[in-house]
Amino acid sequence: MILLKFLEKSGELGLYYINQAGRMVIFLLHVIISTFKLPYYKVSNITKQIYIIGSLSIFVIVFTGAFTGMVLGLQGYNTLKKFGSEGLLGSAVALSLIRELGPVLAALMVTGRAGSAICAEIGIMRNSEQIDALECMAIDPHKYIMAPKFIATIVSMPLLTAIFNVVGIFGGYLVGVKLLGASEGSYFTSMYKDVEFQDVYMGFVKSLCFGLLIVWICAAKGFYVHYERTGGFGAEGVSRVTTYAVVLTSVSILVFDYFITSLLL
Amino acid sequence: MNTEPIIQLIDIKKGFGPQQVLKGINLSIYEGKTTVIVGESGKGKSLIIKHILGLIKPDSGKVFVFGKDLNKMSGKELKEIRSYFGVLFQNAALFDSMTVFDNVALPLRERTRASEGDIAGMVNEKLKLMDLEGSNEKFPAQLSGGMRKRVGLARALVLNPRIVFFDEPTTGLDVAKSNEIYRVFFRTQTKLGYTAVIVSHDVPKIFKLADYVALLHDGIIQDCLPPEDFQTSDNPFIREFVEKTMGLIYESEEVEG
Repeated sequence: MILLKFLEKSGELGLYYINQAGRMVIFLLHVIISTFKLPYYKVSNITKQIYIIGSLSIFVIVFTGAFTGMVLGLQGYNTLKKFGSEGLLGSAVALSLIRELGPVLAALMVTGRAGSAICAEIGIMRNSEQIDALECMAIDPHKYIMAPKFIATIVSMPLLTAIFNVVGIFGGYLVGVKLLGASEGSYFTSMYKDVEFQDVYMGFVKSLCFGLLIVWICAAKGFYVHYERTGGFGAEGVSRVTTYAVVLTSVSILVFDYFITSLLL
Repeated sequence: MNTEPIIQLIDIKKGFGPQQVLKGINLSIYEGKTTVIVGESGKGKSLIIKHILGLIKPDSGKVFVFGKDLNKMSGKELKEIRSYFGVLFQNAALFDSMTVFDNVALPLRERTRASEGDIAGMVNEKLKLMDLEGSNEKFPAQLSGGMRKRVGLARALVLNPRIVFFDEPTTGLDVAKSNEIYRVFFRTQTKLGYTAVIVSHDVPKIFKLADYVALLHDGIIQDCLPPEDFQTSDNPFIREFVEKTMGLIYESEEVEG
């Protein structure tokens, strides 16, 4: 009896997650298709979203980038000093930022700042019938609401990552060279020598993928808030789904980071 | 009733989990007429409208709009059909991060190639029709319930639809405000000549506006009749409904008499 109940429960749960996954893939395809359908595209919609998702995230990106670079400089210097190779500090900081920390941390910050906002906004629109209203006016919400957000996030992420990297490298410079006294010349020359196009390319691909992940998961979670198993109604439903979306996005970023790295290395 | 209906629901069934809400809805709606769907709250009246709009797919049964099966339509056809629809939602469903003007202008901006100047003209005309001049720059949250409904109605009418759906247009409004909504409704319908489908439980006032009244009871449309016939119908559920909603007056007369 208990076994039967257990099977029933797990089957139900399994079906629910398969359903969810299927919905999310269909949602993504729908958005991609409607993005490339061109009638009446409003540039102002996209620039507004780039401002909200991209420009408004710059402060937090600069701030976290600076401190990440600084702590890398601090840790890197003290570790490398043991082997007498402080000269490699520049390349150590730059490589870890460009390949890993830049894309991942920038993506996590954008998830917290913009992803949660996307999810909550769309969730509220769904719950207050605004999305139904759009559909009734024969305006495709995938195109009108989602496409600008997708484009904006995918455009913003590589740029934000680049800012993060540059600020981080100078943060490392500040601590490693100015504070701890590593050689200024070797900080930069080791960096020029060791950072290759391959590394920048990897960081770029990652930031694009993470951008897509953020906007995809957060937008789809908000869009389908009414299908949530735990009940997606009202303010509480939106808050729950937003939390869930942020957690899911953050986890996916770390998981995908591993797979993208293993594919590109 | 000799003309073809423009909307026809045939044996629509819909359930949520174990609960069967619609148990075989049959309803026809005729061009240029006002059809009112009455019935108890929470028994699926709004659900019928959502089926006609194609927002919800029925478990079984067919919805014909302009003679075409709604559930066999491609996305493009559905989009075209919906461009003939105007909808006033129960809570008005205004876009709360946009001003009143932008709300009403949205269908024009997204669906037509009209210039901003023309759009402003059309929007202001509709807002004037709703007595809403001067609130262009306000946000929905700054409006009263009645005003919000009127903005919703302006938005529903801005593309001159052929069929307008009203989901409980007066719920939550006081008597004066709901009379005002009815007046606006009456004025716009005579002016624009659209077909109206109203979900309401504002009986008996709504009878004055209706050409046909349909009672939803127990998941079935009991009957769809002109208001006079409705009030004298032999159907036990309709009798019960009429007595329940209008009977109080008679009862008190009895007591007084």
